[in-house]
Amino acid sequence: MVEFSKITITNRILRYAPILLLFISVLNEFDFNYLELKYFSFNFPFVLIFYWSLKKAESLGYGLIFIAGIINDVVVGLPMGISSLAYLLICGFAAYFRNITLNPSLVKDWFFFLTTILVVNSMVYSLLVLFFSYNMNYNDLIVNFIFTFLLYIICANIFEVYQKLVFGNQNV
Amino acid sequence: MDAGSRDDFIIAIRSAFLKKGNKQRFSLIFLIIFSLIFLALGRINFKPIDNVKIAIREIVYRSSFVVSIPENYLKKTYQIIQSHFIIYNDYFEIKSEIKELKAQKTVDKFIVEENKRLKKIIDDYVAESNEIVAKIIIDKNSPFLRSLIVNKGSKNNIKLGMAVLDGNYLVGKVVEVNYLTSRALLLSDLNSKIPVIIEPGNFQSILSGTGKSDGIIQYLKENYLIEENSTIYTSGAGGLFKAGIPIGKIEIKESNKEKKVDFFSDFSQLRFVKIMSFEKDMD
Repeated sequence: MVEFSKITITNRILRYAPILLLFISVLNEFDFNYLELKYFSFNFPFVLIFYWSLKKAESLGYGLIFIAGIINDVVVGLPMGISSLAYLLICGFAAYFRNITLNPSLVKDWFFFLTTILVVNSMVYSLLVLFFSYNMNYNDLIVNFIFTFLLYIICANIFEVYQKLVFGNQNV
Repeated sequence: MDAGSRDDFIIAIRSAFLKKGNKQRFSLIFLIIFSLIFLALGRINFKPIDNVKIAIREIVYRSSFVVSIPENYLKKTYQIIQSHFIIYNDYFEIKSEIKELKAQKTVDKFIVEENKRLKKIIDDYVAESNEIVAKIIIDKNSPFLRSLIVNKGSKNNIKLGMAVLDGNYLVGKVVEVNYLTSRALLLSDLNSKIPVIIEPGNFQSILSGTGKSDGIIQYLKENYLIEENSTIYTSGAGGLFKAGIPIGKIEIKESNKEKKVDFFSDFSQLRFVKIMSFEKDMD
Protein backbone atom coordinates (compact mmCIF):
# COMPACT_ATOMS: atom_id res chain seq x y z
CA MET A 1 0.00 0.00 0.00
CA VAL A 2 2.84 2.35 1.00
CA GLU A 3 4.73 1.33 -2.13
CA PHE A 4 1.62 2.03 -4.23
CA SER A 5 1.12 5.55 -2.81
CA LYS A 6 4.83 6.33 -3.30
CA ILE A 7 4.52 5.42 -6.97
CA THR A 8 1.42 7.59 -7.31
CA ILE A 9 3.15 10.62 -5.73
CA THR A 10 6.27 10.23 -7.90
CA ASN A 11 4.09 9.76 -10.94
CA ARG A 12 2.12 12.92 -10.10
CA ILE A 13 5.29 14.98 -9.61
CA LEU A 14 6.62 13.74 -12.95
CA ARG A 15 3.35 14.61 -14.68
CA TYR A 16 3.29 18.10 -13.18
CA ALA A 17 7.01 18.61 -13.82
CA PRO A 18 6.51 21.04 -16.76
CA ILE A 19 4.43 23.44 -14.67
CA LEU A 20 6.78 23.06 -11.68
CA LEU A 21 9.73 23.81 -13.95
CA LEU A 22 7.91 26.87 -15.29
CA PHE A 23 7.33 28.23 -11.79
CA ILE A 24 10.91 27.52 -10.71
CA SER A 25 12.24 29.20 -13.84
CA VAL A 26 10.18 32.37 -13.39
CA LEU A 27 10.89 32.60 -9.66
CA ASN A 28 14.57 31.91 -10.11
CA GLU A 29 15.14 33.50 -13.54
CA PHE A 30 17.88 31.00 -14.29
CA ASP A 31 19.62 32.62 -17.19
CA PHE A 32 23.32 32.33 -16.24
CA ASN A 33 23.59 36.11 -16.05
CA TYR A 34 26.17 35.79 -13.30
CA LEU A 35 28.64 34.39 -15.85
CA GLU A 36 28.52 37.91 -17.30
CA LEU A 37 28.78 36.65 -20.86
CA LYS A 38 28.36 39.72 -22.97
CA TYR A 39 26.24 38.22 -25.71
CA PHE A 40 24.28 35.47 -24.06
CA SER A 41 20.75 35.45 -22.72
CA PHE A 42 17.64 33.43 -23.39
CA ASN A 43 14.02 33.17 -22.38
CA PHE A 44 13.47 29.67 -21.08
CA PRO A 45 9.74 30.08 -20.20
CA PHE A 46 8.98 30.81 -23.88
CA VAL A 47 10.53 27.48 -24.92
CA LEU A 48 8.84 25.54 -22.14
CA ILE A 49 5.37 27.03 -22.72
CA PHE A 50 5.48 26.67 -26.49
CA TYR A 51 6.64 23.06 -26.42
CA TRP A 52 4.19 21.80 -23.78
CA SER A 53 1.24 23.80 -25.14
CA LEU A 54 1.91 22.25 -28.51
CA LYS A 55 2.53 18.69 -27.46
CA LYS A 56 0.53 18.25 -24.28
CA ALA A 57 -1.64 21.28 -23.63
CA GLU A 58 -3.33 19.80 -20.56
CA SER A 59 0.00 19.60 -18.69
CA LEU A 60 0.08 23.42 -18.40
CA GLY A 61 -3.12 25.13 -17.28
CA TYR A 62 -3.75 28.54 -18.82
CA GLY A 63 -4.59 29.96 -15.38
CA LEU A 64 -1.26 28.74 -14.02
CA ILE A 65 0.58 30.20 -17.02
CA PHE A 66 -1.10 33.54 -16.31
CA ILE A 67 0.11 33.40 -12.68
CA ALA A 68 3.63 32.42 -13.83
CA GLY A 69 3.64 35.52 -16.04
CA ILE A 70 2.64 37.75 -13.13
CA ILE A 71 5.45 36.24 -11.02
CA ASN A 72 7.95 36.80 -13.82
CA ASP A 73 6.93 40.47 -14.06
CA VAL A 74 7.40 40.93 -10.33
CA VAL A 75 10.82 39.25 -10.26
CA VAL A 76 12.14 41.03 -13.34
CA GLY A 77 10.45 44.36 -12.58
CA LEU A 78 8.31 44.71 -15.70
CA PRO A 79 4.78 46.18 -15.67
CA MET A 80 2.52 43.53 -14.17
CA GLY A 81 0.58 41.58 -16.78
CA ILE A 82 3.00 41.94 -19.69
CA SER A 83 4.66 38.53 -19.35
CA SER A 84 1.26 36.89 -18.79
CA LEU A 85 0.11 38.40 -22.06
CA ALA A 86 3.24 37.14 -23.84
CA TYR A 87 2.93 33.63 -22.37
CA LEU A 88 -0.77 33.37 -23.22
CA LEU A 89 -0.16 34.54 -26.78
CA ILE A 90 2.46 31.82 -27.12
CA CYS A 91 -0.15 29.30 -25.90
CA GLY A 92 -2.55 30.67 -28.51
CA PHE A 93 -0.01 30.35 -31.31
CA ALA A 94 0.87 26.82 -30.19
CA ALA A 95 -2.83 25.82 -30.03
CA TYR A 96 -3.43 27.26 -33.51
CA PHE A 97 -0.41 25.40 -34.89
CA ARG A 98 -1.61 22.17 -33.26
CA ASN A 99 -5.00 22.60 -34.92
CA ILE A 100 -3.63 23.11 -38.42
CA THR A 101 -0.85 20.49 -38.31
CA LEU A 102 -1.54 17.05 -39.70
CA ASN A 103 2.01 15.66 -39.72
CA PRO A 104 3.95 17.11 -36.79
CA SER A 105 7.72 17.42 -37.11
CA LEU A 106 10.27 19.02 -34.85
CA VAL A 107 11.73 21.23 -37.58
CA LYS A 108 8.29 22.62 -38.51
CA ASP A 109 7.64 23.29 -34.81
CA TRP A 110 10.99 24.99 -34.53
CA PHE A 111 10.31 27.41 -37.36
CA PHE A 112 6.81 28.13 -36.16
CA PHE A 113 8.35 28.88 -32.78
CA LEU A 114 10.59 31.42 -34.55
CA THR A 115 7.53 33.16 -36.00
CA THR A 116 5.77 33.02 -32.65
CA ILE A 117 8.56 34.62 -30.62
CA LEU A 118 9.10 37.21 -33.35
CA VAL A 119 5.49 38.32 -33.17
CA VAL A 120 5.12 38.04 -29.39
CA ASN A 121 8.43 39.79 -28.62
CA SER A 122 7.60 42.58 -31.07
CA MET A 123 4.22 43.12 -29.43
CA VAL A 124 5.67 43.09 -25.91
CA TYR A 125 8.52 45.48 -26.75
CA SER A 126 6.17 47.81 -28.60
CA LEU A 127 3.90 47.92 -25.54
CA LEU A 128 6.87 48.57 -23.24
CA VAL A 129 8.31 51.32 -25.40
CA LEU A 130 5.09 53.04 -26.46
CA PHE A 131 2.96 52.79 -23.33
CA PHE A 132 5.47 52.38 -20.51
CA SER A 133 8.36 54.50 -21.90
CA TYR A 134 10.99 51.83 -21.35
CA ASN A 135 14.42 52.22 -22.88
CA MET A 136 15.49 49.11 -24.75
CA ASN A 137 18.84 47.91 -25.96
CA TYR A 138 17.89 46.32 -29.24
CA ASN A 139 21.17 44.39 -29.57
CA ASP A 140 20.36 42.62 -26.30
CA LEU A 141 16.87 41.83 -27.53
CA ILE A 142 18.19 40.30 -30.73
CA VAL A 143 20.74 38.22 -28.80
CA ASN A 144 18.00 37.05 -26.44
CA PHE A 145 15.75 36.23 -29.37
CA ILE A 146 18.44 34.24 -31.26
CA PHE A 147 19.50 32.20 -28.24
CA THR A 148 15.88 31.46 -27.31
CA PHE A 149 15.32 30.22 -30.85
CA LEU A 150 18.45 28.04 -30.77
CA LEU A 151 17.62 26.71 -27.32
CA TYR A 152 14.26 25.43 -28.52
CA ILE A 153 15.64 22.56 -30.56
CA ILE A 154 17.85 21.37 -27.69
CA CYS A 155 15.07 21.60 -25.10
CA ALA A 156 12.49 20.08 -27.45
CA ASN A 157 14.65 16.95 -27.83
CA ILE A 158 15.08 16.65 -24.08
CA PHE A 159 11.36 17.24 -23.45
CA GLU A 160 10.47 14.65 -26.09
CA VAL A 161 12.53 11.99 -24.34
CA TYR A 162 10.96 13.01 -21.03
CA GLN A 163 7.49 12.90 -22.50
CA LYS A 164 7.99 9.40 -23.87
CA LEU A 165 9.31 8.21 -20.51
CA VAL A 166 6.57 9.76 -18.38
CA PHE A 167 3.49 9.89 -20.58
CA GLY A 168 4.36 7.11 -23.01
CA ASN A 169 3.64 7.57 -26.73
CA GLN A 170 0.08 8.80 -26.21
CA ASN A 171 -1.09 12.07 -27.73
CA VAL A 172 2.22 13.25 -29.28
CA MET B 1 -7.06 32.73 -50.08
CA ASP B 2 -10.18 30.81 -51.12
CA ALA B 3 -13.30 30.55 -48.96
CA GLY B 4 -12.47 27.01 -47.77
CA SER B 5 -9.00 27.79 -46.46
CA ARG B 6 -10.27 31.03 -44.90
CA ASP B 7 -12.91 29.02 -43.03
CA ASP B 8 -10.24 26.56 -41.88
CA PHE B 9 -8.12 29.46 -40.64
CA ILE B 10 -11.05 30.98 -38.73
CA ILE B 11 -12.00 27.61 -37.23
CA ALA B 12 -8.39 26.99 -36.12
CA ILE B 13 -8.11 30.47 -34.57
CA ARG B 14 -11.49 30.15 -32.87
CA SER B 15 -10.65 26.74 -31.50
CA ALA B 16 -7.25 27.97 -30.24
CA PHE B 17 -8.36 31.18 -28.56
CA LEU B 18 -12.07 30.93 -27.77
CA LYS B 19 -12.71 27.32 -26.80
CA LYS B 20 -11.82 26.08 -23.37
CA GLY B 21 -9.25 23.34 -23.91
CA ASN B 22 -9.20 19.88 -22.39
CA LYS B 23 -8.79 20.19 -18.59
CA GLN B 24 -8.55 23.99 -18.88
CA ARG B 25 -10.58 26.18 -16.51
CA PHE B 26 -10.31 29.37 -18.54
CA SER B 27 -10.34 30.15 -22.24
CA LEU B 28 -7.26 31.86 -23.65
CA ILE B 29 -9.09 34.93 -24.85
CA PHE B 30 -10.54 35.55 -21.38
CA LEU B 31 -7.08 35.50 -19.78
CA ILE B 32 -5.54 37.62 -22.55
CA ILE B 33 -8.21 40.28 -22.06
CA PHE B 34 -7.72 40.02 -18.29
CA SER B 35 -3.94 40.60 -18.73
CA LEU B 36 -4.62 43.66 -20.89
CA ILE B 37 -7.05 45.09 -18.32
CA PHE B 38 -4.50 44.41 -15.56
CA LEU B 39 -1.82 46.21 -17.59
CA ALA B 40 -4.04 49.17 -18.41
CA LEU B 41 -5.24 49.64 -14.81
CA GLY B 42 -1.65 49.32 -13.58
CA ARG B 43 -0.60 52.00 -16.08
CA ILE B 44 -3.11 54.51 -14.70
CA ASN B 45 -2.18 53.61 -11.08
CA PHE B 46 -5.65 52.34 -10.18
CA LYS B 47 -5.57 52.07 -6.38
CA PRO B 48 -7.01 48.53 -5.84
CA ILE B 49 -4.67 47.16 -8.51
CA ASP B 50 -1.74 48.90 -6.81
CA ASN B 51 -2.66 47.20 -3.52
CA VAL B 52 -2.93 43.83 -5.25
CA LYS B 53 0.47 44.46 -6.83
CA ILE B 54 2.08 45.23 -3.47
CA ALA B 55 0.65 42.04 -1.94
CA ILE B 56 1.81 39.94 -4.91
CA ARG B 57 5.29 41.48 -4.75
CA GLU B 58 5.67 40.70 -1.03
CA ILE B 59 4.79 37.05 -1.62
CA VAL B 60 6.81 36.63 -4.81
CA TYR B 61 9.98 38.28 -3.47
CA ARG B 62 10.05 35.96 -0.46
CA SER B 63 9.29 32.87 -2.56
CA SER B 64 11.89 33.85 -5.12
CA PHE B 65 14.50 34.19 -2.38
CA VAL B 66 13.82 30.62 -1.22
CA VAL B 67 13.72 29.15 -4.74
CA SER B 68 16.96 30.94 -5.65
CA ILE B 69 18.96 29.37 -2.80
CA PRO B 70 20.43 26.50 -4.91
CA GLU B 71 21.34 28.83 -7.79
CA ASN B 72 22.82 31.39 -5.42
CA TYR B 73 24.95 28.66 -3.91
CA LEU B 74 26.23 27.75 -7.39
CA LYS B 75 26.83 31.41 -8.18
CA LYS B 76 28.76 31.92 -4.95
CA THR B 77 30.91 28.84 -5.60
CA TYR B 78 31.66 30.04 -9.12
CA GLN B 79 32.72 33.45 -7.80
CA ILE B 80 34.91 31.92 -5.08
CA ILE B 81 36.70 29.75 -7.63
CA GLN B 82 37.13 32.72 -9.94
CA SER B 83 38.55 34.93 -7.19
CA HIS B 84 41.07 32.21 -6.22
CA PHE B 85 42.57 32.37 -9.67
CA ILE B 86 43.26 36.09 -9.50
CA ILE B 87 44.25 36.33 -5.85
CA TYR B 88 48.03 36.23 -6.43
CA ASN B 89 48.10 39.13 -8.88
CA ASP B 90 45.74 41.13 -6.72
CA TYR B 91 47.98 40.79 -3.67
CA PHE B 92 50.85 42.88 -5.06
CA GLU B 93 48.54 45.50 -6.49
CA ILE B 94 46.67 45.86 -3.21
CA LYS B 95 49.90 46.09 -1.22
CA SER B 96 51.15 49.09 -3.16
CA GLU B 97 47.69 50.70 -3.10
CA ILE B 98 47.50 50.42 0.70
CA LYS B 99 50.82 52.21 1.00
CA GLU B 100 49.56 55.10 -1.12
CA LEU B 101 46.20 55.23 0.65
CA LYS B 102 47.75 55.41 4.11
CA ALA B 103 49.67 58.48 3.07
CA GLN B 104 46.58 60.01 1.48
CA LYS B 105 44.37 59.35 4.50
CA THR B 106 46.11 61.84 6.76
CA VAL B 107 45.73 64.59 4.16
CA ASP B 108 42.07 63.65 3.58
CA LYS B 109 41.08 64.03 7.23
CA PHE B 110 41.92 67.69 7.11
CA ILE B 111 40.13 68.18 3.76
CA VAL B 112 36.93 66.48 4.99
CA GLU B 113 36.67 68.75 8.02
CA GLU B 114 37.35 71.83 5.93
CA ASN B 115 34.76 70.70 3.39
CA LYS B 116 32.09 70.29 6.09
CA ARG B 117 32.68 73.83 7.30
CA LEU B 118 32.48 75.24 3.77
CA LYS B 119 29.31 73.31 2.91
CA LYS B 120 27.56 74.73 5.96
CA ILE B 121 28.39 78.20 4.69
CA ILE B 122 26.84 77.57 1.25
CA ASP B 123 23.81 75.76 2.73
CA ASP B 124 24.42 72.45 0.92
CA TYR B 125 23.17 69.00 1.92
CA VAL B 126 25.43 67.91 4.74
CA ALA B 127 23.24 65.95 7.08
CA GLU B 128 22.29 62.40 6.26
CA SER B 129 19.18 60.72 7.57
CA ASN B 130 19.63 57.56 9.60
CA GLU B 131 21.10 55.00 7.32
CA ILE B 132 19.22 51.76 6.94
CA VAL B 133 21.22 48.65 6.26
CA ALA B 134 19.32 46.25 4.04
CA LYS B 135 19.99 42.74 2.83
CA ILE B 136 19.63 41.93 -0.84
CA ILE B 137 17.12 39.16 -1.30
CA ILE B 138 16.94 39.04 -5.10
CA ASP B 139 19.45 40.33 -7.61
CA LYS B 140 18.19 38.68 -10.76
CA ASN B 141 19.15 40.96 -13.59
CA SER B 142 17.19 40.39 -16.73
CA PRO B 143 18.82 41.39 -20.01
CA PHE B 144 16.58 44.47 -19.94
CA LEU B 145 16.48 45.55 -16.31
CA ARG B 146 19.19 45.98 -13.69
CA SER B 147 17.64 46.13 -10.27
CA LEU B 148 17.72 44.43 -6.90
CA ILE B 149 15.23 43.68 -4.17
CA VAL B 150 16.08 44.47 -0.54
CA ASN B 151 14.42 43.27 2.64
CA LYS B 152 13.39 46.70 3.95
CA GLY B 153 10.22 48.56 2.98
CA SER B 154 7.85 51.29 4.10
CA LYS B 155 7.73 49.64 7.54
CA ASN B 156 11.39 50.64 7.94
CA ASN B 157 10.83 54.18 6.63
CA ILE B 158 12.14 53.50 3.14
CA LYS B 159 10.85 56.10 0.69
CA LEU B 160 10.91 56.45 -3.08
CA GLY B 161 14.07 58.09 -4.42
CA MET B 162 16.33 57.28 -1.46
CA ALA B 163 19.97 56.67 -2.33
CA VAL B 164 21.35 53.13 -2.23
CA LEU B 165 25.02 52.89 -1.32
CA ASP B 166 27.64 50.18 -1.16
CA GLY B 167 29.95 51.55 1.53
CA ASN B 168 30.57 55.10 0.35
CA TYR B 169 29.79 54.42 -3.30
CA LEU B 170 26.45 55.15 -4.90
CA VAL B 171 24.90 52.10 -6.57
CA GLY B 172 21.33 53.20 -7.32
CA LYS B 173 18.09 54.60 -5.98
CA VAL B 174 14.83 53.21 -4.60
CA VAL B 175 12.13 53.02 -7.29
CA GLU B 176 9.49 50.81 -5.69
CA VAL B 177 8.49 50.54 -2.03
CA ASN B 178 6.37 47.75 -0.59
CA TYR B 179 5.57 47.14 3.07
CA LEU B 180 8.47 44.77 3.79
CA THR B 181 10.56 44.97 0.62
CA SER B 182 11.77 47.54 -1.91
CA ARG B 183 13.29 47.58 -5.38
CA ALA B 184 16.40 49.60 -6.15
CA LEU B 185 17.21 50.55 -9.73
CA LEU B 186 20.95 50.15 -10.30
CA LEU B 187 23.02 52.85 -11.98
CA SER B 188 23.81 50.39 -14.77
CA ASP B 189 20.14 50.13 -15.81
CA LEU B 190 19.23 51.65 -19.17
CA ASN B 191 16.50 53.72 -17.51
CA SER B 192 18.76 55.17 -14.81
CA LYS B 193 19.77 58.83 -15.30
CA ILE B 194 21.76 60.61 -12.57
CA PRO B 195 23.19 64.15 -12.65
CA VAL B 196 26.93 63.90 -12.09
CA ILE B 197 30.07 65.95 -11.95
CA ILE B 198 33.38 64.92 -13.51
CA GLU B 199 36.57 65.78 -11.67
CA PRO B 200 39.08 67.20 -12.48
CA GLY B 201 37.43 69.88 -14.59
CA ASN B 202 34.11 70.27 -12.74
CA PHE B 203 32.11 69.17 -15.83
CA GLN B 204 28.38 68.71 -15.26
CA SER B 205 26.79 65.81 -17.06
CA ILE B 206 24.29 62.96 -16.91
CA LEU B 207 25.28 59.39 -16.14
CA SER B 208 23.12 56.82 -17.86
CA GLY B 209 23.21 53.03 -17.51
CA THR B 210 23.96 50.80 -20.48
CA GLY B 211 22.06 47.71 -19.41
CA LYS B 212 25.42 45.96 -18.89
CA SER B 213 27.78 46.32 -15.93
CA ASP B 214 28.92 49.85 -16.78
CA GLY B 215 27.55 53.32 -17.44
CA ILE B 216 27.98 56.05 -20.03
CA ILE B 217 28.36 59.82 -19.88
CA GLN B 218 25.68 61.65 -21.85
CA TYR B 219 24.89 65.20 -22.90
CA LEU B 220 28.46 66.46 -22.75
CA LYS B 221 29.93 68.51 -25.57
CA GLU B 222 32.75 66.83 -27.52
CA ASN B 223 35.17 69.73 -27.05
CA TYR B 224 35.48 69.25 -23.28
CA LEU B 225 38.77 67.59 -22.51
CA ILE B 226 38.03 64.78 -20.16
CA GLU B 227 40.94 62.74 -18.94
CA GLU B 228 40.98 58.98 -18.70
CA ASN B 229 40.41 57.85 -15.09
CA SER B 230 38.62 61.07 -14.12
CA THR B 231 36.34 60.47 -11.15
CA ILE B 232 32.54 60.75 -11.30
CA TYR B 233 30.61 62.11 -8.31
CA THR B 234 26.96 62.98 -7.84
CA SER B 235 26.46 66.67 -8.62
CA GLY B 236 23.57 67.21 -6.22
CA ALA B 237 21.50 68.80 -9.01
CA GLY B 238 17.82 68.02 -8.63
CA GLY B 239 18.18 67.80 -4.86
CA LEU B 240 17.76 64.04 -4.64
CA PHE B 241 21.30 63.13 -3.64
CA LYS B 242 23.89 65.25 -1.91
CA ALA B 243 26.83 66.34 -4.03
CA GLY B 244 30.08 64.40 -3.96
CA ILE B 245 29.05 60.77 -3.57
CA PRO B 246 31.68 58.81 -5.52
CA ILE B 247 30.35 56.66 -8.37
CA GLY B 248 33.14 55.51 -10.69
CA LYS B 249 35.96 56.31 -13.07
CA ILE B 250 35.94 57.36 -16.72
CA GLU B 251 37.19 54.96 -19.34
CA ILE B 252 37.57 56.50 -22.79
CA LYS B 253 37.08 54.12 -25.70
CA GLU B 254 39.60 54.85 -28.42
CA SER B 255 37.39 53.44 -31.16
CA ASN B 256 34.49 55.89 -30.85
CA LYS B 257 35.64 58.29 -28.11
CA GLU B 258 32.74 57.03 -26.00
CA LYS B 259 33.06 57.89 -22.30
CA LYS B 260 32.27 54.74 -20.34
CA VAL B 261 32.00 54.72 -16.57
CA ASP B 262 33.58 51.91 -14.63
CA PHE B 263 31.68 51.80 -11.33
CA PHE B 264 33.63 51.61 -8.08
CA SER B 265 31.20 49.05 -6.76
CA ASP B 266 30.77 45.64 -8.35
CA PHE B 267 26.97 45.31 -8.53
CA SER B 268 27.08 41.54 -8.97
CA GLN B 269 28.82 41.13 -5.59
CA LEU B 270 26.43 43.15 -3.45
CA ARG B 271 25.09 41.40 -0.34
CA PHE B 272 24.13 44.34 1.89
CA VAL B 273 23.49 47.97 0.99
CA LYS B 274 22.95 51.19 2.88
CA ILE B 275 19.79 53.13 2.10
CA MET B 276 19.67 56.80 3.06
CA SER B 277 18.23 60.18 2.18
CA PHE B 278 19.88 63.55 2.63
CA GLU B 279 18.55 66.57 4.46
CA LYS B 280 19.84 70.07 4.99
CA ASP B 281 21.61 70.68 8.28
CA MET B 282 19.60 73.34 10.10
CA ASP B 283 22.20 74.10 12.79
